[in-house]
Amino acid sequence: MITAALAAPAAIWLFLFLILPFCAMLVFAFGKRAPEGGYQAAFTLEQFANLPSRAAAFWNTLVLAPIGALLCLLVAYPVAYYLAVKAPPQRRMILVALIVVPFWTSLLVRTYAWMYILGSRGLPNLLDLVGIADVRMLNTPGAVLLGIVYGYLPLMIMPIYVSLEKLDLRLLDASADLGARPASTFFGVTVPLSMPGVITGVALVTILLLGEYLIPQLLGGGKVFFIGNALVDLFLQSRNWPFGSAIAVTMVAVVVIVLAVSMRIAWRFAGARRVDLV
Amino acid sequence: MKPAKEQGTSRAKGPAIDPSNDIEFRAVSKRYGDVTAVAGVDLAVPKGAFVALLGPSGCGKTTCLRMIGGFEQPTEGTVLIENRPMNGVPPYQRPVNMVFQHYALFPHLDVMANVSYGLRQMRPPLARTEVQRRSEEALELVRLGGYARRRIHELSGGQQQRVALARAIVNRPAVLLLDEPLAALDRKLRTAMQFELQTLQRELGITFLLVTHDQEEALSMSDFVCVMNAGRVAQTGTPREVYDTPNSLFVADFVGKTNHLSGTLEPGGVLRLANGVGLAVGGNGTGRVAVVLRPEAIRLHPEAAGRGFAGTVTHRIFLGSTVEYAVAADGLGDFLVTADRGKSDGTAEPGARVRLAFDPTALHLYPS
Repeated sequence: MITAALAAPAAIWLFLFLILPFCAMLVFAFGKRAPEGGYQAAFTLEQFANLPSRAAAFWNTLVLAPIGALLCLLVAYPVAYYLAVKAPPQRRMILVALIVVPFWTSLLVRTYAWMYILGSRGLPNLLDLVGIADVRMLNTPGAVLLGIVYGYLPLMIMPIYVSLEKLDLRLLDASADLGARPASTFFGVTVPLSMPGVITGVALVTILLLGEYLIPQLLGGGKVFFIGNALVDLFLQSRNWPFGSAIAVTMVAVVVIVLAVSMRIAWRFAGARRVDLV
Repeated sequence: MKPAKEQGTSRAKGPAIDPSNDIEFRAVSKRYGDVTAVAGVDLAVPKGAFVALLGPSGCGKTTCLRMIGGFEQPTEGTVLIENRPMNGVPPYQRPVNMVFQHYALFPHLDVMANVSYGLRQMRPPLARTEVQRRSEEALELVRLGGYARRRIHELSGGQQQRVALARAIVNRPAVLLLDEPLAALDRKLRTAMQFELQTLQRELGITFLLVTHDQEEALSMSDFVCVMNAGRVAQTGTPREVYDTPNSLFVADFVGKTNHLSGTLEPGGVLRLANGVGLAVGGNGTGRVAVVLRPEAIRLHPEAAGRGFAGTVTHRIFLGSTVEYAVAADGLGDFLVTADRGKSDGTAEPGARVRLAFDPTALHLYPS
């Protein structure tokens, strides 16, 4: 009884603002665009047949989001490792706080700053002064990836830091004692035991990136756009609700399948691992 | 308490420094900032011996072990393993392996993968069949034959202990280091493991160096005991030597149970106790002395026996095969007496008047 009562607010909230809208979207996806925009009741697969016309948005999202998450991981792991294992304990909390500090400023403002840094009056201008002309930085996949790593780094560092902090340092001594060089200890003990944090971090950042709108909008400038940008375009500009709904539904399906499969593989890799000798 | 001024005598009694030593400490000190953990320790562990480093917590014994393992570097002095100075040699290049205090087994690997870990680090790599064979051999040695594919968390404390042992001996180290290996086991298992460790050591023929704060563990298993106190070696010797002829009040106190008396040594080798009785103990020193007497060196007699110090039994503790008495001796304070249950002195009741008798040669005298 009490459990039900405690779960009720969240359940009602999710039903009203997630399940119901999703059902509506599902209905819209099989409908038609009314002549003046919006939705007209129908049952047709026309919208889904039209999906290839937005292949670029799917491609960008499904490629750049995982790449961005992996880049985040590569940058975040050493930081988390330093914080959890190497940093003197009395300084650890201050350093962790410093990583969270950027969250105090809106991502919008910080991404705008990157727009200027990467824009023609920013770094390219400086490069021009030293004789390297015509470097384009803004509105490239690289700019979007840079923005992604910059914006999502703390979200990746935290779960990895938490799992590394729980790492029993005596295991590292034991590994060295048994003859493992530092690199073997790192890949044989440290990395496997921090996999829960790595998986959490990658999943968290990837999921958020799949719905990213702001960074591609500002740093990709209409050239490198994600699903999120395509949806805004369809719903607010061309008012093609059914097509937008079809894209959204497809994206949800793809994400659920991709995440379910990759999480299963990741956990199998990180979980009950035995070393087969024969 | 002043330990270790008898460095010279203890070395003569203990293992002599000779070329067949597996481990040698030469004036080793370790300081952490202002704190001195180990202060000028000289130590020699002969090849093939079972040696215990015994001392209270904080005496520097674990630091010594960690300096052998290579996890700490001495601030001064040299640690030698198989007569090679180990300064700056990292843990993974030392011919020793350790059984860690809480085992430090790899939780993400199963029993087999834990045990074979050391073998899989070898360069050039060993053949898989060789790794398999030697790991299984090590598991058999610790009687965990059928457990190769178990996860670590599926094992009991005693089984984890055995996995830790198997993992540490699989590389056939010159010296096996054991850091309080039995501390986490219950009493019965601990006794069983004491026998097993002894057997294992004889079978393998490699040197065992055990760190413990449990004097019973140290005395029961080892060929040599090195008692440490406040970063120094207090006494080295066989368990019997250390127990029967402790060279300081600290060692007497730490190794086994003791009764404390104080008295004055008078010319002619007479010890004058607090109750005015003089005992002939020989020797020629004079002045105040601290006197230590082991509880099992005292016999209890009925009061009517007429010899020995009179006293009243205040408590009796039944320990199975032995009985411990607390006796308030008239004018001398409380005594602890251990008696055989089967003997006549094992039957006194609390409140009974008794007489305490002991041979004066059983007294250990230390300048106070």
